[in-house]
Amino acid sequence: MFSYCSDPDSLGTFAWFSCYLTTGVHMSFYVAFFKVLLLLAITAPVALGFGFLGAMAARSRIAPLRWLGKIYIAIVRGVPDIAFFLFFVIALDQAVEYLRHKMLCPDWDQPIRQGSDFVVCQAAKMPLGNAPQYLHETYGFFLAVFTFAIVFGAFAANVLYGGMRAVPHAQLETAEAYGMSHRQTFWRVLVPQMWVFALPGLSNLWMVLIKATPLLFLLGIEDIVYWARELGGTKTSKFTSFPHGDWRMWYFLFLLIFYLAFTRVSEIVLERVMQRLTHGQATSGGEAQRKAAA
Amino acid sequence: MKNLILGTAAVALSAGIAFADGHGKTIRMGTEGAYPPYNFINDAGEVDGFERELGDELCKRAELTCEWVKNDWDSIIPNLVSGNYDTIMAGMSITDERDEVIDFTQNYYPPTASAYVGASDGVDVLEGVVAAQTATIQAGYVAESGATLVEFATPEETVAAVRNGEADAVFADKDYLVPLVEESGGELTFVGDEVPLGGGIGLGLRESDTDLKGKFDAAITSMKEDGTLNTMLKKWFGDDTTTY
Repeated sequence: MFSYCSDPDSLGTFAWFSCYLTTGVHMSFYVAFFKVLLLLAITAPVALGFGFLGAMAARSRIAPLRWLGKIYIAIVRGVPDIAFFLFFVIALDQAVEYLRHKMLCPDWDQPIRQGSDFVVCQAAKMPLGNAPQYLHETYGFFLAVFTFAIVFGAFAANVLYGGMRAVPHAQLETAEAYGMSHRQTFWRVLVPQMWVFALPGLSNLWMVLIKATPLLFLLGIEDIVYWARELGGTKTSKFTSFPHGDWRMWYFLFLLIFYLAFTRVSEIVLERVMQRLTHGQATSGGEAQRKAAA
Repeated sequence: MKNLILGTAAVALSAGIAFADGHGKTIRMGTEGAYPPYNFINDAGEVDGFERELGDELCKRAELTCEWVKNDWDSIIPNLVSGNYDTIMAGMSITDERDEVIDFTQNYYPPTASAYVGASDGVDVLEGVVAAQTATIQAGYVAESGATLVEFATPEETVAAVRNGEADAVFADKDYLVPLVEESGGELTFVGDEVPLGGGIGLGLRESDTDLKGKFDAAITSMKEDGTLNTMLKKWFGDDTTTY
């Protein structure tokens, strides 16, 4: 990156590291941090949305909808993450290609499954075989977001379901006594009050989600853990201008600090949110706040 | 759930239409990117190595547009058969077990010698603990040799296991081990005898892709005939390497 980097062997320690840490591979490593943050930023609200829908379905008065919500929560929570990530993503990808194949190539006469091969016509490939690599990566990234959202949505649904049931029943009865419809009671009384009960569970989920991002590598996305392993591995002078021994410990130490700092910041933010949500609530926390103010 | 999948499919379709005007198939070349000198990631972050140079030349001769894709070794065959890329060039030796699942071209690297590397001379590679990468011919060989096999997902970890004493020796392709031994400053040394394994390294393809196999076979033959493959082998593996 810098002009003096053409001959790293002659450099002092500081200059050597300034070159080493700005090589193309290291740039990919830094970009991977943004990938992880972006994944979290998109996945968290989508998963919360899935969770909310799941919880609403699970307490619905319409039986089939209620079964659907409960089945979603039970099945996804019961399947190990890794199995879900390995199986579901390949299945989803093949389902998309299968549908496209049926629609785009109606006169294809060969079977799609040939032994262990999964063969669809070129036009049905997703993304297309000649699409640039970044499109393949973006597609994979959104498959990952979707999978994460389904998995964490199921947990969130269970937490929100519990939060909804924790709202004191007297509150709902009072709302009905004032003549509110079911829908009004739900949106104006139940939902605003449930968050304070759901937040401890949701904050747990958020912490787990942060630490689950290395699962991205299972989906072929080069995340920070992949790069730490790749960059930290022994490099011999034949294949790089920056040979070094096994430095994986240092890279993983850096990841450790990153994850610790990130979870710490999250804790502080969640604590603030909890303070705000407690305000004016009929809980012991809300009561304590009221007394402190008085 | 069903609606979600259909919704995704609809989005996927509309995205597909926008890119459908491109023509000609791009051959996606899958590799591991962690096995120098066969394939590795260079300082610029690109796939580099013997197989990169060879693969690019083969594509040129076969008049194909090629693009390189990295994939973990563990899932490199499943992702080939499910169509995420079209070839594997990742130092993969031709074996009967693999040949049942995928197809290989003729070899572009002669049957290789595998070697043991340990931390000291006196290691008994037939009775001690030997590290090898998961799902390689070397792992299979160690398991049958009587030694205790410990498997790792990446080649890097197999060597690290010897360095930190977890294993007495590592068993891998000799070409991968040579630069590591040379630069270890005496910490690592070759032990035991070299073992010739496998039917050489070939380019892996889906069994249904017979056209592509024909094209790559022809390109490899032409490179063997005019000597360019030998020049490339010497460039990456030294003058003493086996040539055609």
